[in-house]
Amino acid sequence: MKNQARSSFRVLLVLIGLVMSGCSSLKPWVKPYERQNLADPIMAFSRAQVSDNYLHHVHQAREGSRGAEGSAGGGCGCN
Amino acid sequence: MVVINRTCRLLKVVAIFGGFFISVQSYAAVLPEDRSDALYHYYEGGGVDIQGPSILVRKSIKDTVSISANYYVDNVSSASIDVVTTASAYTERRVEKSVGIDYLRDKTTMSLNYTKSDENDFAARSAHLGISQDFFGDLTTLSLGYSQGWDEVGKREDINFKEDADRRNFRLGVSQVITKDSLINISWETVTDQGYLNNPYRSVRYIDGSGYSYQSERYPQTRTSDAFAIRGMYYLPYRASIKLELKRFGDTWGIEADTTEVGYVHPYGDHWLFDFKLRHYQQTQADFYSDLFSQVDAQNFLARDKELSSFSSQTIGFGAAYSQELDGWEYFDKFTVNFSLDRIYFDYDNFRDLRVEGVEVGNEPLYAYDANVIRIYFSVFY
Repeated sequence: MKNQARSSFRVLLVLIGLVMSGCSSLKPWVKPYERQNLADPIMAFSRAQVSDNYLHHVHQAREGSRGAEGSAGGGCGCN
Repeated sequence: MVVINRTCRLLKVVAIFGGFFISVQSYAAVLPEDRSDALYHYYEGGGVDIQGPSILVRKSIKDTVSISANYYVDNVSSASIDVVTTASAYTERRVEKSVGIDYLRDKTTMSLNYTKSDENDFAARSAHLGISQDFFGDLTTLSLGYSQGWDEVGKREDINFKEDADRRNFRLGVSQVITKDSLINISWETVTDQGYLNNPYRSVRYIDGSGYSYQSERYPQTRTSDAFAIRGMYYLPYRASIKLELKRFGDTWGIEADTTEVGYVHPYGDHWLFDFKLRHYQQTQADFYSDLFSQVDAQNFLARDKELSSFSSQTIGFGAAYSQELDGWEYFDKFTVNFSLDRIYFDYDNFRDLRVEGVEVGNEPLYAYDANVIRIYFSVFY
């Protein structure tokens, strides 16, 4: 699993590299006037930080897994 | 040493991307919205009730700085299976306070946050630093984060018990607009812990004659984990969206976990939003976990914490939100009222229910329970 996680991280770096290297030759393919659907609140990964942070805390206190939730967490206090 | 090498590698990555930020020409990004949220949260399941408020206030200053403050309380009443089989039911209160500041410069947002959490036997302090950059015509956002945490672990009825643990988190994320109807987010986070990582109240059981006895848990003093997640959102041909999230996790204690989540958001009229969610979580046990050890001090590290066992959970969630523009109000733009209910089913593969008596040791039924998580919150935007 550690190797898998590291492989995933390498894939992430490769993707970032592709995005970065692509910036010089590619042009943004979604124009600003085409982004009305993306700007709709229903397309937000998180609509309320206070609510999502609480749910992450619920999961972290009861699961062995942690991290990559998409927002910074606070102290655990899971005793 | 492994941790140090790992940290060095990560710092190199941070330095590389830090240099990248400086070299990219920037235009405009936005700060988080000015808003205040008042949340009431309630968790009930497995003999544990936890409820309390969370208040978040955020306000921007001159379009370049946004400050925020959060006050959060957990009121815990616990008669969980761990507590009723090895200790006494208890109540306690945890208070968490945090302050943060976001600074926007062209397309770069820098964030600082400090969190302080206190309960009668546990104190946690943590500082978070984040930086994110929009580029490629605002289709791509790259973000980096670092957190440092300092925990102080105490023990009720033993004022002399005091142990420390330090935590470090490194985060890297990319959000990418794929089409005018879809976007993707990839994130990776590694966490390193060092110090006293036990729960001082928990015990393991071992075979003792024809029955069993208990001894204290003993965890390693270090732990490093990696989590990798990919999330996608898609705007359907009608006004609704679907979300897919996949997450993989692994750590040096031998735990491997997978999370899959599917969500659907459906607006109704101009004011209502409805959410539906299914989540599946599965993990393997830690290398040093056992429900029943063969003898006292059976190995150097010992755990019987069900969070370190092999188990799965399924969640079904529903949410409803009502929003209303506040036309004609001088200081406020909009408010929303939100309700969410998540029902979680936990199913343990090798953690047994010791409340059941009259059964041969090691053949007690496997433990399972259901939990309800309720969130009700009011938000006002200004």
